[in-house]
Amino acid sequence: MPKYKQTEEIIKLMSNKLNVRNIGTLAHVDHGKTTLSDSLLAGAGLISQKIAAQALALDYVEIEQLRQMTVKAANVSLLHEKNDQSYVINLIDTPGHVDFTGHVTRSLRVMDGGIVVVDSVEGVMTQTETVLRQAMDEKVRPLLYVNKVDRLIKELRLSPQEILERLLKIIRDFNALLETYADPEFKDKWKVNPDKGQVAFGSALHKWGFTLPIIKAKGMKFSDVIDAYNKGDIERLQKEFPLHIAILDMAVDHIPNPVEAQKYRIPKIWRGDINSPIGKAMLNCDENGPLVICVNKVIVDPHAGPVVTGRIFSGTIHEGEQLYGLMSKSEGRVQQVSLYMGPYREICPEMASGNIVALLGLDNARAGETLVRPADKDAMFPFEKMKYISDPVVTVAIEPKYSRDLPKLIDALHKMAIEDPTLSVKINQETGEYLIAGMGSLHLEIALWDLKQRTGGIEITTTPPIVVYRESLTGAGGPFEGKSPNKHNRLYLKVEPLNQETIDLIQQGVIYEDMDSKERVRILREKAGWDNEEAKGIWAIDSYVNVLVDATKGLQYIREIKDTIIQAFRLNVSEGPLAREPIRGLKVLLVDANVHEDPAHRGPGQIMPAIRDAMFCGFLSCNPILLEPIIKLDMKVPQDFLGGVTRIIAGKRGKIISMDQVGQVMHLVSEIPVSETFDLSDQLRSATAGKAFWGTEFARWSPVPSSMLADTIKKIRERKGLSPNPPTPQEFMSM
Amino acid sequence: MPSLAFIGLGLYDEKGISLHGLEIAKSAEIVLLESYTNIMPGLNLESLGKMIGKEIRLIGRREVEDGKWILDAAAKREVALLVAGDPFVATTHVDLRLRAIKRGIRVEVVNAPSIVSVAPGAVGLQNYKFGKSATITFPEPLSLVPYETLRINRSLGLHSLFFLDLRVEEGRFMKAGEAIRLLLDMEAKQRGGVVSEEMLMVVLARAGSPSQLVRAGKAAVLEDLDFGPPPHSLIVPGRLHFMEAEALVLIGGADEDLVRGYL
Ligand SMILES: Nc1nc2c(ncn2[C@@H]2O[C@H](COP(=O)(O)OP(=O)(O)OP(=O)(O)O)[C@@H](O)[C@H]2O)c(=O)[nH]1
Ligand SMILES: [Mg+2]
Repeated sequence: MPKYKQTEEIIKLMSNKLNVRNIGTLAHVDHGKTTLSDSLLAGAGLISQKIAAQALALDYVEIEQLRQMTVKAANVSLLHEKNDQSYVINLIDTPGHVDFTGHVTRSLRVMDGGIVVVDSVEGVMTQTETVLRQAMDEKVRPLLYVNKVDRLIKELRLSPQEILERLLKIIRDFNALLETYADPEFKDKWKVNPDKGQVAFGSALHKWGFTLPIIKAKGMKFSDVIDAYNKGDIERLQKEFPLHIAILDMAVDHIPNPVEAQKYRIPKIWRGDINSPIGKAMLNCDENGPLVICVNKVIVDPHAGPVVTGRIFSGTIHEGEQLYGLMSKSEGRVQQVSLYMGPYREICPEMASGNIVALLGLDNARAGETLVRPADKDAMFPFEKMKYISDPVVTVAIEPKYSRDLPKLIDALHKMAIEDPTLSVKINQETGEYLIAGMGSLHLEIALWDLKQRTGGIEITTTPPIVVYRESLTGAGGPFEGKSPNKHNRLYLKVEPLNQETIDLIQQGVIYEDMDSKERVRILREKAGWDNEEAKGIWAIDSYVNVLVDATKGLQYIREIKDTIIQAFRLNVSEGPLAREPIRGLKVLLVDANVHEDPAHRGPGQIMPAIRDAMFCGFLSCNPILLEPIIKLDMKVPQDFLGGVTRIIAGKRGKIISMDQVGQVMHLVSEIPVSETFDLSDQLRSATAGKAFWGTEFARWSPVPSSMLADTIKKIRERKGLSPNPPTPQEFMSM
Repeated sequence: MPSLAFIGLGLYDEKGISLHGLEIAKSAEIVLLESYTNIMPGLNLESLGKMIGKEIRLIGRREVEDGKWILDAAAKREVALLVAGDPFVATTHVDLRLRAIKRGIRVEVVNAPSIVSVAPGAVGLQNYKFGKSATITFPEPLSLVPYETLRINRSLGLHSLFFLDLRVEEGRFMKAGEAIRLLLDMEAKQRGGVVSEEMLMVVLARAGSPSQLVRAGKAAVLEDLDFGPPPHSLIVPGRLHFMEAEALVLIGGADEDLVRGYL
């Protein structure tokens, strides 16, 4: 049982931080990440060499294999020997699908280096650029692995010179992206140089690969590789140049160990005070410091329950410890500490900083959670706070066909909600239906498929998907008056649209409600053109991207009703007046107020309606509009079918963004309103005889065309059982 | 003639209505009773209805605040609105009155005792020595207005009358002990030296009713006493006239030494 021996060794090695590397694979869809990961697993002796290429061990979820893409990131620890030294390589598989961007960022946060897999036939693609940019944001050092070189030789039958040119172009493109996206201090340091062994070439499918130093050391040349293919002697390549050696050598030599990496990464990926004791401990990756674990993934094991995996940035975790989650604001006891070796978990009594750990017993933790010991909960600043980015945009209501299946359904939904925090599961109290909301039709399609698998194929009835809209405004105006029902309080609000810069800053989490206010003022002034005084007056920033500003000066009793005003603001933006959809991009300024002196006359029952009336009267008076979610459709389709595909897109109010030829295939990027996408998959499949491949991601919110506005509002209102016409501003004016 | 009459009922039961008020109510076409701003511990609706000889319609906060149909009705008929206490001492009905005037509706007012007029005399203090009053509300969140009011009144040597939060619709009312605790909490927060446990305070429970209770003493002592059913109010004396001091001892059972310190 070599597995056990390795486990023991790895546990021992994990405490030697200088010999630990935390890496992951990053790539455009289908460029071969999962196949590469499996080669690495096979190389480390965890699963047999033969089945590695087919088994795709890291793709735990069956559907990913079905759709040939990895939906969720998994973690695994590997052992690697180099120059008589043993190393532990913690390998994090990242999702290739951009619908779930949050997953990628969380995976990146726990790794120090990334192997960027680029298909040698397709070269650097849009998602290569996306993941590289994200890696730069998280200060993850990228190395390049050019995959599917076999295809250049066998399929395209290129000459050695042509092959070389292709490979050099990929390296140039890669370095050009680094030049664009890397911070100045890393630009030169991180560009890859094949002579230094910072680029590997190979075939993950055929499990061979090398770096230039490796091939030189063997006294061989590239043409020998081509020869091997011509002679059909791939086995020789596999023996001479095992892929895992090339990749893991590269990782050991060029990806920093956690001690080195945390020094420059912590100040960038964590917003807390780096001079605090916790900050210092994380900077130094101190195994004796306060415990800090950042969770990158939670999966629900059918037997063990939720398994929480994450990186230990500081301290040492022991079995039986009590931990506190800063996001869930709750405690749990760690029942088991373990590490992942492929699909297997191996128990170990403790694990030190710098490593990736799997924990049992923390049922409330979700991806993105920051875990500390309860005593440190006030001293620790969380890695992640709210998720502004991943708003669900499509909802379906589901029900089991037979009520006896209900427990199974609930159990499966519960697990899915734990594993994928971007999937929102709610019970509609009125109808008793279960509502699943996702970030796109594809996301929901996968979720429903997943649900079927988990429940053993019970019959489920599903309503047609419902698109989530946003309400917004294009005009500005005010002050609008709101009177309390007892008429003893008058509040005056101005409303206006937030500018795009502000929306972006909030969406990216750069600006948020409980951040240091001075810093917020500075950023808003410099990057979004805010007036200093106005920025100082920010009271609330809500998750639908709206801002409440107090622009009054020294008015009496305002402080005492501040909380009520904020509460009213949040309530109102969560259900706007047009169609009770959330409001997005609204700035509300409190400009004046007459507040009754006696607190009995200005309780929430008085102030909340006053704020609602002023806000909605203002909102409805300033050119209200509806925003609809737009997805980006990124597809590859053989040229013959292009006409059919573009017709479908045009028929769905879609816009073609770009079109490039890649070999025989067209690479087509377009944008389509989500409301038009429900039969998109079927239509595309039949129009292309199943020969198109595509992925979708949320692109942005965009105004519903004015010709459709009234009708769309009416349909939403009717669906919700409201009167068909939205209220007029006058209805919110009090006498 | 179409009109809107505001008729006070006083503090305790239906017999608090004046003969004048009763007369108007009897001749009105529509008789309404507003029942959310205050509680009258002894009010029996049935016997009030018998006295007036008409069915009384209860109306809630929303209808009074919205006011629309009341005014519409009063524009065409005689409407009597019965109100606990005095109609205009608590500020609640002012808006309705102003809107009626604006619409040209004739307004009549029948006054009655209110906690404001009753409280000073009930505990033996002199009306002209009171400063501003304030409501001590449930701390959701804590309002510091009562504390500020007390600070100003005390600096001028004036007495302070505090109304205690009454949420008739929610069935919640604040007890005197709770109000004292909140004042002490405000002190802990503000540290202005305005409130202390040793301070003289006066609790008035069920003012104007047969079971009216007056108790004067140290804040810390009063805080722990149970004064029975609502409503309660709280008075914090400023500087005392010697007659007031004597009254607090005789009526409120205050300790003579304690009271002497306020002369
Ligand atoms: N010819 C050839 N095919 C390869 C190679 N590596 C991977 N493939 C094939 O490319 C396809 C995609 O490989 P995956 O490993 O699933 O790609 P991925 O990057 O994990 O894909 P996603 O998870 O969907 O992003 C599969 O059909 C693989 O068999 C290679 O080196 N040569
Ligand atoms: Mg994959």
